[in-house]
Amino acid sequence: MTFTWFHRLGSPPYVYGLAQRLAPWCAGSALLLLLAGLWGGLVLAPPDYQQGDGFRIIYVHAPSAWLSLMVYTTMALAAAVGLIWRIKVAHAAAAACAPIGASFTAAALVTGALWGRPMWGTYWQWDPRLTSELILFFLYLGYMGLRASIEDTQRADRASAVLAVVGVVNVPVIHYSVTWWNSLHQAPSVMRLAKPTMATSMLVPLLIMLLAFTLFFVAMLLVRLQAEILRRERASTWIREALKR
Amino acid sequence: MTPTRRRRLILVLGILAGVSIAGALALNAFRRDVTFFFDPTQVAQGQVKPGQAFRLGGMVKEGSFTRQPGSLEAHFVVTDFAHEVTVSYAQVLPDLFREGAGVVAHGHLDRSGTFVADEVLAKHDEKYMPPEVARSLKRRHGESRADTNPPAGSPASGS
Repeated sequence: MTFTWFHRLGSPPYVYGLAQRLAPWCAGSALLLLLAGLWGGLVLAPPDYQQGDGFRIIYVHAPSAWLSLMVYTTMALAAAVGLIWRIKVAHAAAAACAPIGASFTAAALVTGALWGRPMWGTYWQWDPRLTSELILFFLYLGYMGLRASIEDTQRADRASAVLAVVGVVNVPVIHYSVTWWNSLHQAPSVMRLAKPTMATSMLVPLLIMLLAFTLFFVAMLLVRLQAEILRRERASTWIREALKR
Repeated sequence: MTPTRRRRLILVLGILAGVSIAGALALNAFRRDVTFFFDPTQVAQGQVKPGQAFRLGGMVKEGSFTRQPGSLEAHFVVTDFAHEVTVSYAQVLPDLFREGAGVVAHGHLDRSGTFVADEVLAKHDEKYMPPEVARSLKRRHGESRADTNPPAGSPASGS
């Protein structure tokens, strides 16, 4: 059958073993890329013509912001797969995504505020981009709160999955907020159809940092997914076998 | 795909479609309030009620910045290259404030049509480049906004 790989991804022991094997590779390459990206961004890249060295916060801010959206989309997709096919591993993956995504969102909001104070002249404004990103943060918190408030795992899975799917409409709103409305936040420099509006010497470290953050997310997800599967399958016999290894 | 799964898939897509439509309608209805600032054309069209506090956004017109010697009170023109609004502001301007660069000012229109600002924020554009590139661009185009500071009558050179 063509769908055997899909069915195997629904099996907790298989996914647990896969996550165990892949996590160190993702974490290792994320660390190497992170060091390369930081060296490129903080040492090799030239200062900006207007912002001077202050622009370098982009090497943390932009990857965090991108990941905050990417993680939410992943979480909503996993939740939808869990809802439709009743796959427990998919629900476990969605649950594992939420705290990681919330952390990236918080990092994006804090680094943005620190940059905004000297550059714009303000830490915070109720601007469409900033407000929709804050809503994303509350969506993550709401998802985690809803899960924590329902004792029964299966019911927690379904209720929180609906919230995750509903919240996904915020993702395009965040991305296009700077083009749809007049916004204090600048338009995208890289994630646009036309050529990036950033010099190559500054852009390359940023792309390396984006890849590093993505691999870091995958590594974190795999580790958290293992913990989530352990918690859910604690009564089953294969867990004892797996933990003996 | 079994009928149950197909039904669930349709249900999930239905929820998504419903929420998207509701969100789009809500955002469309609040379009005027979601907008962070009005540009000079919208002001000229009378989209802002007289005396109402609002944010004005646009480019600081080249060569329009003036400041009385010995005072913080600054005047400059905000343009969107179709219409212009004169702004007066009596507080410290942010570092990225430049002629030819974007600003967002909060305040209201007085009777003479001057925008009296109580807060001015610099709006950064999406361009990032090293200083050398900015300088060579400036040489090639004769002028650039790269090094145009607002020096005219700044407090240091004033009194």
